[in-house]
Amino acid sequence: MAAATRVFIPSDTTARSLGADAVATAVAAEAKRRGANVRVVRNGSRGLYWLEPLVEVLVGDVRHAYGPVTAKDVAALLDAGFLTGGMHALALGPTESIDYLKKQTRLTFARVGVVDPLSLDDYRAHGGYRGLANALNLTGEQIVATVTDSGLRGRGGAAFPTGIKWKTVLATAAEQKYVVCNADEGDSGTFADRMIMESDPFVLVEGMTIAGVAVGATKGFVYVRAEYPQAIKTMRAAIESASAAGFLGTSILGSGRAFELEVREAAGAYICGEETSLLESLEGKRGMVRYRPPLPAIKGLFGKPTIINNVLSLASVPVILDKGADFYKSFGVGRSRGTITVQLAGNVKRGGLIELAFGLRLSEILYDFGGGSATGRPIRAVQAGGPLGAYVHPSQFDTPFDYEQFAAVGAMVGHGGLVVFDDTVDMGEQARFAMEFCAIESCGKCTPCRIGSVRGVEVIDRIRGGENETANLALLRDLCDTMVTGSLCALGGMAPFPVISVLNHFPEDLKARAGKPKAA
Amino acid sequence: MSREESPHDAEIRLLAQARAAEAGALLPILHAIQDRLGFVPDTAVPIVAEVLNLSRAEVHGVVSFYHFFRTKLPGKQTLYVCRAEACQSMGSRALESYARKKLGVDFHETTADGRFSLEPVYCLGNCACSPAVMVDETVYGCVTPQRLDEILA
Repeated sequence: MAAATRVFIPSDTTARSLGADAVATAVAAEAKRRGANVRVVRNGSRGLYWLEPLVEVLVGDVRHAYGPVTAKDVAALLDAGFLTGGMHALALGPTESIDYLKKQTRLTFARVGVVDPLSLDDYRAHGGYRGLANALNLTGEQIVATVTDSGLRGRGGAAFPTGIKWKTVLATAAEQKYVVCNADEGDSGTFADRMIMESDPFVLVEGMTIAGVAVGATKGFVYVRAEYPQAIKTMRAAIESASAAGFLGTSILGSGRAFELEVREAAGAYICGEETSLLESLEGKRGMVRYRPPLPAIKGLFGKPTIINNVLSLASVPVILDKGADFYKSFGVGRSRGTITVQLAGNVKRGGLIELAFGLRLSEILYDFGGGSATGRPIRAVQAGGPLGAYVHPSQFDTPFDYEQFAAVGAMVGHGGLVVFDDTVDMGEQARFAMEFCAIESCGKCTPCRIGSVRGVEVIDRIRGGENETANLALLRDLCDTMVTGSLCALGGMAPFPVISVLNHFPEDLKARAGKPKAA
Repeated sequence: MSREESPHDAEIRLLAQARAAEAGALLPILHAIQDRLGFVPDTAVPIVAEVLNLSRAEVHGVVSFYHFFRTKLPGKQTLYVCRAEACQSMGSRALESYARKKLGVDFHETTADGRFSLEPVYCLGNCACSPAVMVDETVYGCVTPQRLDEILA
């Protein structure tokens, strides 16, 4: 009997949010009814989200894509012979030839959407655990030097050189050290961390293990937001099978070095994405931001030296240890080395995950990849880098996507999220929301953030209500300045950035709304 | 000071004791209680405090800090509507008002028949297929008012 035809149907949250489970059930049932020998594999998502649920069929060595597929399409697809790559209105050709994917440089996301997320064999067959194997033959200093030389900078938003953090932890003597993964991906417009955890969880396990080996930490925590139930389940399952196979435990692969991992579920506080607040939360406390110094690298979790990195930073480590610092560094521009995972979201025709070497222009991402707005209307603004990032005006769309050049126009790359708005957006309302969100999520420790954000909402309401417009606009700028310079952490310190960008680039939207003061 | 036993006391104590030895055990314990009961009742605070040797104020402070923990029994199902920017760009403000009107409740409230609680959420990581809602742990993307009707039917 011939081998079963493999049909790949994503189990990723977004694919499932559009009906992938029903498609998987329909494919299995319809194939059975027809006596077709089919094996359904639940892979992760390729990140071509406008095509989800994206179904792939392996024909020979080539995966052919069909999408977006609904359960109702399944019978017609089988009629059209999709099990042998047959033509159908939903046929997209070989997956790897789809332009959106072909133009990408997938290093961190090399396996995402390709493999069965929880198959350790699949992971290893696609290059997994080669980085750890190399790391186990190196000294801590050599591993840290490799990460430093690669030019990797923190992908969570702050872009601090990863190797420098590691070096500090390595150099700090302590009987216990920790590795903490910040998987509290709370920024709107971002989903790359979730994709890694749901679609290639072992790469994060491996990255954290390498970090532990490098600095002599024996325990790691993955702090995952409660809004990501599937990521939590997938990470827990991956850790369990990695432990069972000897990739985690008291002697990793017989090396005599110990590393254990545990998933901790967050509880819906945005501020816990800030690293010191996250550490407080892991310790079982309110997520209140800590004063720095001391740095977490010196006094972190439970007062011990702690590596705390974002999911994408840690997930980039295995490829660096596998292929070397020079390989990774050969991508990118200036001081932005390697790849950035752009997450294109909001009002955009082709939203999804785009991993690229740094340096592509924002306009190329928005129009060549994204195809413009979903509604077909002109794009009026793009919020880059999450809710604390500026709204980028169309006159700035030619800016190359890298840390320094974005900073030069008052914007930030952050975690790589881009949220697109068409020309129906009311930017005054967006400015108000930035302050409102800060008020809801402020930890309350410092006054500029706790009080300033509440006052910010009130002042914006007054401006929009036509009350002392000139004086209140000046007051709003002054308030933003106080928050930026006086806040303890990035929440209060950056929440004014979207507001300032609206003041600078979309002032007409802050004007009084003709006779209609905005209700709260 | 003695106080009346509430029906969940023994269960809460067991859940707390089961994880008390872990480092930073408070959040995992509160999650375990909420997973089991659907909420963290006020009566849990002194029990957890005693098991972990913390003050009641410390435990109460943690329960009240985190949006995810709730102190009242929620409806049979919880509808979370995303209010963050990516969803806003695709009409979530209108969807939000529709959900409120349809259920006849505001955020943080439960329908009179006890079927649904309505909660805001700030990003479900489904931003390329906005707007998004979540019912308990199931996420739905590209949600229109019509689709919300089907989801809640």
